[in-house]
Amino acid sequence: MFDLLKFLRPSGTFSHGIHPAENKHFTAHLPIRRLPFAPELVLPLSQHFGAPSESLVHPGQEVVRGEPIAKANGFMSVPLHAPATGRIKRIELMPTAKGPRTPSILLEVYPGDSQEVRYDAPRDYTTMEPKAIVQAVQDTGLVGLGGAAFPTHVKLSPPQGHHVHTVLINGCECEPFLTTDHRVMLEYPEDLIRGTKILMKALGAERAIIGTEENKMDAVAAIQAHLPTDGPISVQAVPTKYPQGAEKMLAKALMGVEIPSGNFPSSVGLGVFNVASTAELGALFPHSRGVIERVVTVTGPGIEKPGNYLVPIGTPVGFILKQLGFTGTSNCLIMGGPMMGGSVASLAVPMTKGSGGLLVLTEQILEQQQRDAVSYPCISCAQCVAACPMHLNPSQLGKLAHKHRYEEMQGDFHLMDCFECGCCSYVCPSGIPLVQYFRIAKSSLREQAARERAAAS
Amino acid sequence: MNLTGALLFMGGLGLTLAVILTLANRRLFVAEDPRIDDVEEMLPKTNCGACGCPGCRAFAEACVAGKANPAQCTVSPPAMSAFIADFLGVELGNEEKKVARLACAGGNHVARMRSAYHGLQSCRAAVAAGGGGKACSWGCLGLADCEVSCDFDAITMDRNGLPVVDEDKCVACNDCVVACPLNLFSLQPVSHRLWVACKSLAEGDEVLADCEVGCTGCARCVADAPGGLITIKNNLATVDYTKNALASKLPIQRCPTGAIVWLQDHTVEKGAAAKRIIRKEALPVDPTA
Repeated sequence: MFDLLKFLRPSGTFSHGIHPAENKHFTAHLPIRRLPFAPELVLPLSQHFGAPSESLVHPGQEVVRGEPIAKANGFMSVPLHAPATGRIKRIELMPTAKGPRTPSILLEVYPGDSQEVRYDAPRDYTTMEPKAIVQAVQDTGLVGLGGAAFPTHVKLSPPQGHHVHTVLINGCECEPFLTTDHRVMLEYPEDLIRGTKILMKALGAERAIIGTEENKMDAVAAIQAHLPTDGPISVQAVPTKYPQGAEKMLAKALMGVEIPSGNFPSSVGLGVFNVASTAELGALFPHSRGVIERVVTVTGPGIEKPGNYLVPIGTPVGFILKQLGFTGTSNCLIMGGPMMGGSVASLAVPMTKGSGGLLVLTEQILEQQQRDAVSYPCISCAQCVAACPMHLNPSQLGKLAHKHRYEEMQGDFHLMDCFECGCCSYVCPSGIPLVQYFRIAKSSLREQAARERAAAS
Repeated sequence: MNLTGALLFMGGLGLTLAVILTLANRRLFVAEDPRIDDVEEMLPKTNCGACGCPGCRAFAEACVAGKANPAQCTVSPPAMSAFIADFLGVELGNEEKKVARLACAGGNHVARMRSAYHGLQSCRAAVAAGGGGKACSWGCLGLADCEVSCDFDAITMDRNGLPVVDEDKCVACNDCVVACPLNLFSLQPVSHRLWVACKSLAEGDEVLADCEVGCTGCARCVADAPGGLITIKNNLATVDYTKNALASKLPIQRCPTGAIVWLQDHTVEKGAAAKRIIRKEALPVDPTA
């Protein structure tokens, strides 16, 4: 009886979604530790969403840890800072996790250096104007550390007419295996709270909610210990569910509002920021520093010493794996979590600002996966419809994708609202690679739109 | 009685509607050149879009209106195009035959793989999943998106996983150009015989580490070609086809990898100095490559 009335109560979560095996026990209890510097760092000029940075250095130049080595190219771009003291070797095309080679700065690290971070002038956000804060945030080179790598300062400048009243700090980390955000909340609560205050000041927001999932109650306690009970910042745990960490799902769970299709969260008065980015901002901002390292969860059954590691930006994946005891091939690597992460095709790929996890599987698991990877026709069971957090119809979309009817997918079935969480592929009993189809369709449509723009101009 | 009433009513209704329809047909009649239907009948009706019109009907309209030449239809046999031109009394036009060409020669027997790709067998899916595992990030992935897109069976995958274009069947409809996520196909007039079968922008030695037949940018072809026909742009030999009249087999002769080739009469001719590839089987996956 009471179950029937459940829909009347605010549920504190979003509808649909899935709950895959969490697998966070590998690393959730392990404190953040530092890894040694790789002999050579690879720093792609395009680690973020937007225009690539412009290099400020030339081959042979010596740089100090923390010094800017590339500047932002326009507003939709961020600078890049030297993650270690050393010498610039050259600037050339290097492979990235996404596949294509991009121009990258190669930095040879001085092995005997003390690796002190360059000192810069202290800054006090309490006396700064919001506009000055936005500029200062851009100067830190900060982007969304959750994976999308969207420049943080762009989110701090909402479009005209949008007023952000509430800042949501996203600490859900709904991806299985990953524990980066969990450890950051546990170990750096003061930085996190300072970062939240900076974001609130820059946006003129009245309050902030740090949202996390119920499987991280120790993190909630750690943050609450540093917060006054009646302050503008609060911590809230929502049910553990995937993809709770998507900004639209979090807004629904914490505020009960829906962000309209194709709009920014600022259109409903919200600003959503990743918890690791916020803590990083709180740590960097008072010292005018830039992003030079980040916490990465290296985990999975294929690695001897899983853990949460503070890794300099640009460290090649192969070096990290060698440090932590790994003997397999690059077939077994996933950059990010198992649901939305991408496979890594080469051990030379560097960790960038957006890479929060490295999942290492074993050849046995892969072989099992390949044996099981048989796809049968769609039986219209609608499990994908019940799983899709965006309330799309993946079954119908999949049938259209099979026939390459991409315009119809976009026009009639809202393909562009799909954010590729992979719930549909996860639940499909016929093993249809739905989200892969949607990625193909979206990339075809984006290319076609680009061609039409080029033809029109 | 009932039957007669029903017949009268239905007959009357039919008559009234027929009168309305006849009047509407008179008043709303759109005069259309009957030759459009005739020309459409003569066209191949593949609606491939190679002529630049959104279908055969639109092309027939364009031909009748004098906005297009019958020879622009690359699917019709030349005799049929000439017949259409004769029927309409217009110029046949002088369209050179174009074919799709692939700017890659790195089959799996010469191009190295860093990791194996298992998953949806589509080039576009492989590109979304970290690039597909080929060491060269510009090279053909061999998962046949182009073969699937071709409506004319002009593309087949060879034993080394490279698409081969049948120049007789290719009508230059542009479908493979759009389908390839790495933009390796382009439509080239058949008179463009000098062809660089590589798109790698990497520097010399790095190209060779990834693929045995890539263009290293050594510029020997540049030195041998007359009048600036070939230039090196971003470590890649680039033929300036505005100077195509200067083209000869001379520039391909000293190419050490055979990346620049001469295409004529359905054969691919490599230079004398090009290294000979006798390996037939695929190279093994090597994560250190």
